[in-house]
Amino acid sequence: MSLAFSPDAERELERLVHRYPNRRAAVIPALILADREFGYLSREAMEYVAKRLEVPPSWVMGSATFYTMLRKRPTGKHHIQVCVNVACYLRGADRLGDHLKKRLGIGFGEVTTDGLFSLEGVQCLAACGTAPVLRVNDEYHEDMTIEKADALIESLRRAPEGAPSPGPGGGR
Amino acid sequence: MIAIPDNPTRGHLLRCGPGESIRDLKAHQALGGLKALRHALTMQPAAVVEEVRKATIRGRGGAGFPAGTKWSFLPKDNPKPRYLVINADEGEPGTFKDRYFLRQDPFALLEGIAISAFAIGAHAAYVYVRGEFVQEIRILEDAIDRMRKEGVLGRSVLESGFHLDIHVHPGAGAYICGEESALLESIEGKPGRPRNRPPFPAVAGLWGCPTIINNVETMACVRLVLLHGADAFLAMGQPKDGGPKIYGLSGHVKRPGLYEAPLGLTLRQLIYDLGGGTLDDRPIKGIIPGGSSTPVLGPDALDVAMDFDSIKAAGSMLGTAAATVFTEGTCPVAVLLRISRFYAHESCGQCTPCREGTGWLERVVESIEHGTGRPGDCDLLLSAAGQILGNTICALGDAAALPVISFVNRYRDDFEAHITGKRCPYGAA
Ligand SMILES: Cc1cc2nc3c(=O)[nH]c(=O)nc-3n(C[C@H](O)[C@H](O)[C@H](O)COP(=O)(O)O)c2cc1C
Ligand code: SF4
Ligand code: FES
Repeated sequence: MSLAFSPDAERELERLVHRYPNRRAAVIPALILADREFGYLSREAMEYVAKRLEVPPSWVMGSATFYTMLRKRPTGKHHIQVCVNVACYLRGADRLGDHLKKRLGIGFGEVTTDGLFSLEGVQCLAACGTAPVLRVNDEYHEDMTIEKADALIESLRRAPEGAPSPGPGGGR
Repeated sequence: MIAIPDNPTRGHLLRCGPGESIRDLKAHQALGGLKALRHALTMQPAAVVEEVRKATIRGRGGAGFPAGTKWSFLPKDNPKPRYLVINADEGEPGTFKDRYFLRQDPFALLEGIAISAFAIGAHAAYVYVRGEFVQEIRILEDAIDRMRKEGVLGRSVLESGFHLDIHVHPGAGAYICGEESALLESIEGKPGRPRNRPPFPAVAGLWGCPTIINNVETMACVRLVLLHGADAFLAMGQPKDGGPKIYGLSGHVKRPGLYEAPLGLTLRQLIYDLGGGTLDDRPIKGIIPGGSSTPVLGPDALDVAMDFDSIKAAGSMLGTAAATVFTEGTCPVAVLLRISRFYAHESCGQCTPCREGTGWLERVVESIEHGTGRPGDCDLLLSAAGQILGNTICALGDAAALPVISFVNRYRDDFEAHITGKRCPYGAA
């Protein structure tokens, strides 16, 4: 199967390349776009980006491997990131992470067998004043507690598409 | 000592309190928005630079370098285009202030960028926002679109004839891209590996062109300077460190969050008066005053003023003025482990002392925490950290070494107790 961007992604790509004086500069935003479109960056997806930007595939791969947010393998439909850095640690991030691991039956870096959830421990998400913090797909969930995390998992299980919005600043 | 503001969650920089936002250009204007930009556009660019220099805005990204002085390093006779790059990578653990502008007050940031671009003669500005801030990127892009539609940006900024485009460039999860030369590499589409200097970015930065890199909060300060004048801006702070400052507070405190006060607030004022004191009123064991790379201080430092020079004299650094507090009962080895793990994870790997050293520090701290440390490990940590200091291309090496040195020196008894007891006495491991 050969990959192709949706019309929305095409428009976004068009916008991207006009931001910079050369096409190589669009590599990282275009990879973010491809990651979003295709779920993760397979070798094929990276080659597609290289072709679309008319840059050597080796450039694209060199950049793709450097940046941790660019997914090199598929994640769950709801990808849960737990901040494990110092401010969150001080506010109980380890307990939160352990609880989620137990509840979902997976460790960091793993996906549930139904493909619904994956877990990852991540570094500071720059929301330390509302620690501990989770990030689910594109949304931040702040001032987390075990109870709030449980409610979140339940609502994600029921959510047809994506995560429910927690509102600005997690309500703060 | 500085008087505590009546409402420290709002001020000149923090126009919005928690939960509030100004996402509409009209609302920005109703609060005096665009006045500073209009005023700047009536001046000569060199006069704007001079006003910013007079205000001695010390860079808010961590290093505290005066913005006006940095701008004056741009070569006068280079025919290449100039770029303004805004650092919104916000990666230093403990720090969460720039997100406020992106999310709650984007127009204040964008107005500061427009003024600065005009002053230095840049017709394109890139805002490098960390990739996790997906919503913040959307908010910022909406604000830029709005300003373009209203003629505040684009071909002729507020009909002045000055042309300016502002673009958002997303990061993709690499702390090192907050380092200014790595950030430039990243915008160019490459892995974010810091460059050797010289040349400095002001001479050869983005695509080899003269480039100024400033932090988000620095841009917000520029707007204040043009709104109120350099003298009034200076009067908002201490004589030598002008202006207001956003302080962050996190960890074991009752009211974590962002606060605004003049530079020079004491740690006691920040933690007790603004933050409401510690959780359960426990005594303080340690304060990391300005992001995780700044050396840890003890409760004896509570009366130190949070300005660049006073914190330095006390043996640490102001950094991003984002203090993380931990109380008695917390294992300092466990805290250091989170910090050392972070820097080992984020080393870009291009210099040997940093690549090897950060991994080694992490492993030794980890083994001490898990009760498998050996006698002599404390001295080993100190000497290994000392070998990284000053021997690397960028400051990440120092950022990894300084916390280790400060934690081992301050909490040596705790470290030794782990080693002799062969377990974590706090039960944290
Ligand atoms: C490893 C490392 C990470 C950094 N991360 C950031 C960051 O996230 N945000 C930031 O503004 N500055 C960061 N800096 C500082 C920048 O290199 C640069 O000094 C700053 O953006 C300049 O802006 P200013 O002069 O307005 O403070 C970092 C520096 C280093 C060495
Ligand atoms: S000090 Fe570390 S992060 Fe900085 S350039 Fe060297 S290896 Fe990379
Ligand atoms: S330490 Fe978790 S958000 Fe900063």
